Amino acid sequence: MSIKTTAMTAKLKFKEKGGDIKMKKSRVVNSLKIQFPAKSANEAFSRALISSFAAQLDPTVEELCDIKTAVSEAVTNCIVHAYDDSVPEKKKIIKMHCFYDENNLLSVKITDNGRGIEDVKKAMEPLYTTGGEDRSGMGFPIMQSFTDELKVKSVLYKGTTVTLKKYIGKTNYDI
Amino acid sequence: MEMTSLNKDGKMVCCLSGEIDHHSSRSIRDGIDRLIIQNRPKVLVLDLSSIAFMDSSGLGLVLGRYRKMRECGGEMFLCNTNERTLKILKMAGVDKIIKNIDCDKEFMRNEYKDNSNDSQTQI
Repeated sequence: MSIKTTAMTAKLKFKEKGGDIKMKKSRVVNSLKIQFPAKSANEAFSRALISSFAAQLDPTVEELCDIKTAVSEAVTNCIVHAYDDSVPEKKKIIKMHCFYDENNLLSVKITDNGRGIEDVKKAMEPLYTTGGEDRSGMGFPIMQSFTDELKVKSVLYKGTTVTLKKYIGKTNYDI
Repeated sequence: MEMTSLNKDGKMVCCLSGEIDHHSSRSIRDGIDRLIIQNRPKVLVLDLSSIAFMDSSGLGLVLGRYRKMRECGGEMFLCNTNERTLKILKMAGVDKIIKNIDCDKEFMRNEYKDNSNDSQTQI
Protein backbone atom coordinates (compact mmCIF):
# COMPACT_ATOMS: atom_id res chain seq x y z
CA MET A 1 0.00 0.00 0.00
CA SER A 2 2.72 2.40 0.95
CA ILE A 3 4.50 1.77 -2.34
CA LYS A 4 1.39 2.71 -4.26
CA THR A 5 1.14 5.98 -2.39
CA THR A 6 4.72 6.86 -3.25
CA ALA A 7 4.10 6.21 -6.92
CA MET A 8 0.98 8.38 -6.79
CA THR A 9 2.80 11.25 -5.15
CA ALA A 10 5.57 11.04 -7.75
CA LYS A 11 2.93 11.18 -10.45
CA LEU A 12 1.22 14.19 -8.94
CA LYS A 13 4.52 16.00 -8.47
CA PHE A 14 5.43 15.31 -12.07
CA LYS A 15 2.13 16.75 -13.25
CA GLU A 16 2.66 19.89 -11.21
CA LYS A 17 6.05 20.37 -12.79
CA GLY A 18 5.35 19.37 -16.35
CA GLY A 19 1.78 20.63 -16.91
CA ASP A 20 0.10 18.49 -19.53
CA ILE A 21 2.61 15.68 -19.61
CA LYS A 22 0.70 12.45 -19.12
CA MET A 23 2.38 9.71 -17.24
CA LYS A 24 1.50 6.07 -17.49
CA LYS A 25 0.17 4.65 -14.28
CA SER A 26 3.31 3.54 -12.54
CA ARG A 27 3.35 0.09 -11.09
CA VAL A 28 6.20 -1.23 -9.01
CA VAL A 29 8.06 -3.77 -11.13
CA ASN A 30 10.61 -5.09 -8.71
CA SER A 31 11.63 -4.37 -5.16
CA LEU A 32 14.17 -5.37 -2.57
CA LYS A 33 14.33 -4.95 1.19
CA ILE A 34 17.41 -5.58 3.20
CA GLN A 35 18.82 -4.65 6.57
CA PHE A 36 22.38 -4.79 7.77
CA PRO A 37 24.45 -3.61 10.76
CA ALA A 38 25.75 -0.02 10.65
CA LYS A 39 29.34 -1.05 10.08
CA SER A 40 31.64 0.77 7.72
CA ALA A 41 32.54 -2.48 5.95
CA ASN A 42 28.96 -2.54 4.67
CA GLU A 43 29.40 0.67 2.62
CA ALA A 44 31.00 -1.28 -0.22
CA PHE A 45 28.31 -3.93 0.16
CA SER A 46 25.49 -1.39 -0.18
CA ARG A 47 27.08 -0.05 -3.37
CA ALA A 48 27.44 -3.52 -4.84
CA LEU A 49 23.84 -4.22 -3.90
CA ILE A 50 22.35 -1.15 -5.55
CA SER A 51 24.40 -1.59 -8.72
CA SER A 52 23.23 -5.19 -9.11
CA PHE A 53 19.64 -4.14 -8.49
CA ALA A 54 19.79 -1.13 -10.82
CA ALA A 55 21.46 -3.25 -13.52
CA GLN A 56 18.01 -4.67 -14.31
CA LEU A 57 17.10 -1.24 -15.69
CA ASP A 58 19.99 -1.26 -18.16
CA PRO A 59 21.57 1.96 -16.90
CA THR A 60 24.48 3.80 -18.47
CA VAL A 61 27.80 3.64 -16.68
CA GLU A 62 27.33 7.23 -15.55
CA GLU A 63 23.85 6.62 -14.14
CA LEU A 64 25.11 3.59 -12.29
CA CYS A 65 28.03 5.55 -10.82
CA ASP A 66 25.70 8.38 -9.79
CA ILE A 67 23.29 6.14 -7.91
CA LYS A 68 26.16 4.20 -6.36
CA THR A 69 27.75 7.37 -5.06
CA ALA A 70 24.47 8.71 -3.70
CA VAL A 71 23.66 5.46 -1.88
CA SER A 72 27.19 5.29 -0.51
CA GLU A 73 26.83 8.81 0.89
CA ALA A 74 23.50 8.03 2.53
CA VAL A 75 24.75 4.81 4.11
CA THR A 76 27.96 6.51 5.27
CA ASN A 77 25.86 9.21 6.92
CA CYS A 78 23.96 6.57 8.90
CA ILE A 79 27.19 4.89 9.97
CA VAL A 80 29.01 8.08 10.93
CA HIS A 81 26.21 10.12 12.47
CA ALA A 82 23.15 8.07 13.38
CA TYR A 83 24.29 5.97 16.29
CA ASP A 84 26.13 6.99 19.48
CA ASP A 85 28.56 4.66 21.19
CA SER A 86 25.95 4.14 23.89
CA VAL A 87 23.65 2.28 21.48
CA PRO A 88 24.14 -1.50 21.73
CA GLU A 89 25.68 -3.06 18.60
CA LYS A 90 22.55 -5.12 18.03
CA LYS A 91 20.42 -2.01 17.55
CA LYS A 92 22.73 -0.26 15.10
CA ILE A 93 20.84 -1.22 11.99
CA ILE A 94 20.39 0.29 8.55
CA LYS A 95 17.42 -0.64 6.40
CA MET A 96 17.47 -0.30 2.66
CA HIS A 97 14.37 -0.53 0.51
CA CYS A 98 14.90 -0.32 -3.25
CA PHE A 99 12.22 -0.49 -5.91
CA TYR A 100 11.57 0.66 -9.45
CA ASP A 101 8.40 1.24 -11.41
CA GLU A 102 7.35 1.02 -15.05
CA ASN A 103 8.64 4.51 -15.71
CA ASN A 104 12.15 3.37 -14.82
CA LEU A 105 12.08 5.48 -11.69
CA LEU A 106 14.43 3.86 -9.23
CA SER A 107 13.79 4.70 -5.58
CA VAL A 108 16.02 3.89 -2.66
CA LYS A 109 14.90 4.42 0.91
CA ILE A 110 17.62 4.28 3.51
CA THR A 111 16.43 4.25 7.11
CA ASP A 112 18.17 4.25 10.47
CA ASN A 113 16.77 4.32 14.01
CA GLY A 114 19.41 6.71 15.25
CA ARG A 115 19.45 10.07 16.94
CA GLY A 116 17.87 11.98 14.06
CA ILE A 117 18.87 15.32 12.59
CA GLU A 118 18.02 18.45 14.55
CA ASP A 119 18.10 20.86 11.63
CA VAL A 120 17.75 19.08 8.30
CA LYS A 121 18.08 22.29 6.29
CA LYS A 122 21.36 23.11 7.95
CA ALA A 123 22.64 19.54 7.60
CA MET A 124 22.03 19.72 3.87
CA GLU A 125 24.13 22.86 3.39
CA PRO A 126 27.38 22.32 1.51
CA LEU A 127 30.46 22.08 3.74
CA TYR A 128 28.40 21.78 6.93
CA THR A 129 29.64 18.88 9.00
CA THR A 130 29.66 17.72 12.59
CA GLY A 131 32.05 14.90 11.81
CA GLY A 132 35.44 16.53 12.38
CA GLU A 133 38.10 17.84 10.05
CA ASP A 134 38.45 14.84 7.77
CA ARG A 135 34.80 14.90 6.77
CA SER A 136 34.14 17.18 3.84
CA GLY A 137 30.51 18.07 4.54
CA MET A 138 29.56 17.29 0.95
CA GLY A 139 27.39 14.20 1.53
CA PHE A 140 23.95 15.74 1.02
CA PRO A 141 25.00 18.08 -1.82
CA ILE A 142 26.46 15.08 -3.68
CA MET A 143 23.27 13.07 -3.12
CA GLN A 144 21.24 16.01 -4.35
CA SER A 145 23.18 16.57 -7.54
CA PHE A 146 23.51 12.89 -8.43
CA THR A 147 19.82 12.02 -8.14
CA ASP A 148 16.59 13.47 -9.51
CA GLU A 149 14.93 13.77 -6.13
CA LEU A 150 16.16 13.70 -2.57
CA LYS A 151 13.89 13.60 0.46
CA VAL A 152 15.05 13.64 4.05
CA LYS A 153 12.66 12.85 6.85
CA SER A 154 14.05 12.93 10.35
CA VAL A 155 12.56 12.64 13.81
CA LEU A 156 14.82 13.42 16.77
CA TYR A 157 15.81 10.31 18.77
CA LYS A 158 13.70 8.15 16.44
CA GLY A 159 15.65 8.05 13.22
CA THR A 160 16.14 9.36 9.73
CA THR A 161 14.89 8.23 6.33
CA VAL A 162 16.61 9.39 3.18
CA THR A 163 14.78 8.74 -0.08
CA LEU A 164 16.70 8.93 -3.33
CA LYS A 165 14.94 8.82 -6.68
CA LYS A 166 16.48 8.62 -10.08
CA TYR A 167 15.20 7.93 -13.57
CA ILE A 168 17.33 5.27 -15.20
CA GLY A 169 17.74 4.82 -18.92
CA LYS A 170 14.87 5.82 -21.16
CA THR A 171 11.62 6.79 -19.55
CA ASN A 172 8.22 5.62 -20.72
CA TYR A 173 6.25 8.87 -20.73
CA ASP A 174 3.63 9.72 -23.30
CA ILE A 175 4.78 13.14 -24.36
CA MET B 1 43.93 -0.85 -1.36
CA GLU B 2 47.42 -0.55 -2.72
CA MET B 3 49.61 2.47 -2.31
CA THR B 4 52.95 3.02 -3.94
CA SER B 5 55.14 5.92 -3.08
CA LEU B 6 58.29 6.96 -4.85
CA ASN B 7 60.64 9.53 -3.44
CA LYS B 8 63.05 11.85 -5.22
CA ASP B 9 64.25 15.38 -4.51
CA GLY B 10 61.66 15.95 -1.87
CA LYS B 11 58.85 14.83 -4.16
CA MET B 12 56.58 12.07 -3.11
CA VAL B 13 54.03 10.36 -5.32
CA CYS B 14 51.28 8.23 -3.85
CA CYS B 15 49.41 6.05 -6.32
CA LEU B 16 46.06 5.26 -4.79
CA SER B 17 43.94 2.49 -6.17
CA GLY B 18 40.69 0.77 -5.42
CA GLU B 19 37.67 2.42 -3.81
CA ILE B 20 37.87 5.35 -1.43
CA ASP B 21 34.93 5.46 0.95
CA HIS B 22 34.60 6.16 4.64
CA HIS B 23 35.72 2.61 5.45
CA SER B 24 38.88 2.53 3.36
CA SER B 25 39.80 6.21 3.76
CA ARG B 26 41.04 5.65 7.31
CA SER B 27 43.81 3.25 6.33
CA ILE B 28 44.77 5.31 3.28
CA ARG B 29 44.92 8.47 5.38
CA ASP B 30 47.10 6.79 8.00
CA GLY B 31 49.35 5.39 5.25
CA ILE B 32 49.85 8.77 3.58
CA ASP B 33 50.38 10.54 6.88
CA ARG B 34 52.98 8.00 7.91
CA LEU B 35 54.83 8.53 4.63
CA ILE B 36 54.66 12.31 5.05
CA ILE B 37 56.26 12.01 8.48
CA GLN B 38 58.89 9.54 7.25
CA ASN B 39 59.91 11.30 4.06
CA ARG B 40 59.07 14.92 4.84
CA PRO B 41 58.35 15.73 1.18
CA LYS B 42 58.19 19.26 -0.18
CA VAL B 43 55.76 18.21 -2.87
CA LEU B 44 53.11 15.55 -2.50
CA VAL B 45 51.43 14.19 -5.61
CA LEU B 46 48.36 12.01 -5.29
CA ASP B 47 47.90 9.83 -8.34
CA LEU B 48 44.17 9.13 -8.59
CA SER B 49 44.17 7.39 -11.97
CA SER B 50 43.37 3.93 -10.60
CA ILE B 51 40.60 5.03 -8.28
CA ALA B 52 37.50 3.02 -9.13
CA PHE B 53 35.19 4.87 -6.78
CA MET B 54 35.33 7.94 -4.59
CA ASP B 55 32.73 9.71 -2.48
CA SER B 56 32.78 12.64 -0.07
CA SER B 57 35.10 10.74 2.28
CA GLY B 58 37.67 10.87 -0.51
CA LEU B 59 37.15 14.63 -0.73
CA GLY B 60 37.82 14.89 2.99
CA LEU B 61 40.94 12.80 2.57
CA VAL B 62 42.30 14.94 -0.28
CA LEU B 63 41.48 18.24 1.46
CA GLY B 64 42.93 17.01 4.75
CA ARG B 65 46.25 16.05 3.13
CA TYR B 66 46.31 19.38 1.28
CA ARG B 67 45.85 21.22 4.56
CA LYS B 68 48.58 19.16 6.16
CA MET B 69 51.08 19.83 3.37
CA ARG B 70 50.32 23.54 3.45
CA GLU B 71 50.84 23.63 7.22
CA CYS B 72 54.31 22.12 6.71
CA GLY B 73 55.07 24.70 4.03
CA GLY B 74 54.77 22.17 1.23
CA GLU B 75 52.64 21.78 -1.85
CA MET B 76 50.20 19.19 -3.05
CA PHE B 77 48.96 18.22 -6.50
CA LEU B 78 46.61 15.67 -7.89
CA CYS B 79 47.55 13.77 -10.99
CA ASN B 80 45.83 11.75 -13.71
CA THR B 81 42.45 12.23 -12.09
CA ASN B 82 39.84 10.28 -14.02
CA GLU B 83 36.60 11.77 -15.26
CA ARG B 84 34.45 10.24 -12.59
CA THR B 85 36.60 11.45 -9.72
CA LEU B 86 36.94 14.85 -11.36
CA LYS B 87 33.14 15.20 -11.36
CA ILE B 88 33.07 14.95 -7.58
CA LEU B 89 36.10 17.22 -7.14
CA LYS B 90 34.49 19.82 -9.38
CA MET B 91 31.23 19.64 -7.48
CA ALA B 92 33.01 20.61 -4.30
CA GLY B 93 35.20 23.20 -6.07
CA VAL B 94 38.32 21.31 -5.02
CA ASP B 95 39.68 21.38 -8.58
CA LYS B 96 40.06 25.16 -8.22
CA ILE B 97 42.12 24.87 -5.04
CA ILE B 98 44.30 21.88 -5.82
CA LYS B 99 46.00 21.75 -9.19
CA ASN B 100 45.48 18.65 -11.27
CA ILE B 101 48.52 17.74 -13.34
CA ASP B 102 48.76 15.19 -16.11
CA CYS B 103 51.73 12.92 -16.07
CA ASP B 104 52.66 9.63 -17.58
CA LYS B 105 52.50 6.98 -14.91
CA GLU B 106 55.07 4.65 -16.43
CA PHE B 107 57.45 7.50 -17.13
CA MET B 108 57.15 8.74 -13.58
CA ARG B 109 57.72 5.30 -12.16
CA ASN B 110 60.83 4.75 -14.28
CA GLU B 111 62.26 8.13 -13.45
CA TYR B 112 61.83 7.59 -9.76
CA LYS B 113 63.05 4.01 -9.88
CA ASP B 114 66.57 5.12 -10.86
CA ASN B 115 66.90 6.98 -7.63
CA SER B 116 68.53 5.28 -4.68
CA ASN B 117 66.21 6.96 -2.20
CA ASP B 118 63.36 4.82 -3.42
CA SER B 119 60.82 3.79 -0.94
CA GLN B 120 57.95 1.59 -1.85
CA THR B 121 55.22 0.86 0.55
CA GLN B 122 52.31 -1.39 0.12
CA ILE B 123 49.34 -1.42 2.36
